[in-house]
Amino acid sequence: MTAALELTGVEKRFGATEIVRGVDLRVAKGERHALIGPNGAGKSVLFSLISARFPVTAGRIALHGEEIQGKRPHDVNRRGLSRSFQVTNLFHRLSVFENVRCAVLWSLGYRYSFWRSADKLRDANERAREILDRIGLAHRAEVSAGILSYAEQRALEIGVTIAGGADVILLDEPTAGMSRTETEQAVELIRRVTEGRTLLIVEHDMSVVFGLADRVSVLVYGRIVASGTPDEIRADVKVREAYLGAAAHA
Amino acid sequence: MTRGSRERLVLWAAYAAVLVVAPIVFSKGFALTLLCQMGIVMIFALSYNMLLGQTGLLSFGHAVYYGLGALFTIHALNLGHGKLPVTLMPLVGGISGLFFGIILGYVTTRRAGTTFAMISLGVGEMVAACSLMFPGFFGGEAGVSGNRSTGSHLFGLTFGPQIQMYYLVAAWLLLCTVAMHALSRTPLGRMANAVRDNPERAQFVGYDPQRVRFMMVALSGFFAGVAGGLAALNYEIVTAESLSARTSGLVLLATYLGGMGFFFGPLIGAIVVTLMQTLLAMVTKAWPFYFGAVFLATVLFVPGGLASVAMLHKRLWDTGQVRRAGVVYAAMALPVGLALCAVIALVEMAYHASGDVEGPLRILGRELDANSWGPWIGVLLVLAAASLACRWTWRRVAPRWHEVAQALAAGGAR
Repeated sequence: MTAALELTGVEKRFGATEIVRGVDLRVAKGERHALIGPNGAGKSVLFSLISARFPVTAGRIALHGEEIQGKRPHDVNRRGLSRSFQVTNLFHRLSVFENVRCAVLWSLGYRYSFWRSADKLRDANERAREILDRIGLAHRAEVSAGILSYAEQRALEIGVTIAGGADVILLDEPTAGMSRTETEQAVELIRRVTEGRTLLIVEHDMSVVFGLADRVSVLVYGRIVASGTPDEIRADVKVREAYLGAAAHA
Repeated sequence: MTRGSRERLVLWAAYAAVLVVAPIVFSKGFALTLLCQMGIVMIFALSYNMLLGQTGLLSFGHAVYYGLGALFTIHALNLGHGKLPVTLMPLVGGISGLFFGIILGYVTTRRAGTTFAMISLGVGEMVAACSLMFPGFFGGEAGVSGNRSTGSHLFGLTFGPQIQMYYLVAAWLLLCTVAMHALSRTPLGRMANAVRDNPERAQFVGYDPQRVRFMMVALSGFFAGVAGGLAALNYEIVTAESLSARTSGLVLLATYLGGMGFFFGPLIGAIVVTLMQTLLAMVTKAWPFYFGAVFLATVLFVPGGLASVAMLHKRLWDTGQVRRAGVVYAAMALPVGLALCAVIALVEMAYHASGDVEGPLRILGRELDANSWGPWIGVLLVLAAASLACRWTWRRVAPRWHEVAQALAAGGAR
């Protein structure tokens, strides 16, 4: 069976600096895969390579068996890959509802249509409302995204990411900066909305990683040093030394 | 029908009614010319706001589409010789605006931000330079003239009388306003806002920001062309001025002054700019100075434009704060008014002292001699006193104003 996402020998250099040095990664369809690693390991850069935000220096990236490296971000998105951002990245002057509706328009085939009213697109509006219900922001639908609280913005970030119905979802530190209860709610939300989809998630909070993921890969200095089930990773001596050591004793 | 959509329908009906009634209310000779001019600038400014307000594109060359639309229309008028109905002539302008929007938009929208602004300036200058290179088409110094009453007379409309011209402008204005408003509500219009706010995120929901910008430039070129076409019919002459950087600057000022954050903002801006250009210019030679001052004050104190001031007062009304705000206004009116009068007196005296203004200078019924010291010292004293009075009064009423602001904030959060 072809993997939902498969990276082979992916490299990224910025000038002389090598950030990603030959990453091989396979995410099976329907799997929840966590990417962990110390700060500066290149996790966010790897996300940007997969989502075509940056071009790769070398290697290939396949989405459902089709190569996507060298494509533009909107092309990759249209092929069913959607991502969130570590730093909240929304349409801040648009309402919460509009944010989500903008994210569903393309997938419903409305493209650059300028001859029909967006308010009369029943499917787009229903879908946007449904997403708002699922991320718990229905009561904030008419508020500008820019004035939401931090936790609400993070929830909307996830909502915008999943709204287009992409089957491969990349979440970059969705719980960063959240309190314990907020984190628990966010994990519950992620679990709910990624049901039946493939998830690749960057996360620092180990309780989130081990609670959510089917498989975990560890990225250290631009290389994957280990990949396996949460139990295997927890037991892996190399990982404990390289990375988990500090967190496990803390 | 929901309450919101009924409210909107009432607003549109009121807008149409104002357009119909305006020439009956303002019927004095000059007013009709003024109304025609306003209507044309309104379409032009609305089309400009499709870029500035809706897509976040600052263009310094929007007059290109307006001017080329006007030129093609006047040539079509001259070549058509009564075969084409004048009523539909602005469509010639619109289509040529759209055509050049597609060609130039392809070049200009490859980048956003400062790069777009610079490219639009360059393209504007290039097209303006063409007017010197091809005087046959652009008409050279004298411009291209035409005669709108030579067209075919559909329903017996000759467009000889200005009132018929007015209703032609009004009809196109209504049509274009409805179309541009509807456009802002379509998937493309919504994504234009999204691209304005965050082009990167727009890519990650499947849209190509460059494509969105391109389509908005092309479509706004259409409406700018319609405005140009109407201008050609209205003035019956098109000069190179109409596609110059000056015209581009004027539509930018009108749009910003009116308020780019609101759909109807440019309509207000167009009215104010037209009035200043004509009526104020008749009263004083210093009108460009006042124009600049008003624009500066807008940028500094009400960056949302006049429309945001209007919306503020609507919210004051909605939250029942009008009386409290009114007290503040009443208290401030006298000192602020006096200070303004003093400033105006100084500006006028400076213009008089420069010597190219004839006749005595009268301000508030008093004759002032700009070439002697007395009036200068007097006016400066008045200004100083008025400024102190402003400060003193503001200290008294500021707490009241803060109450109003707080009540507004509470009303907004509800």
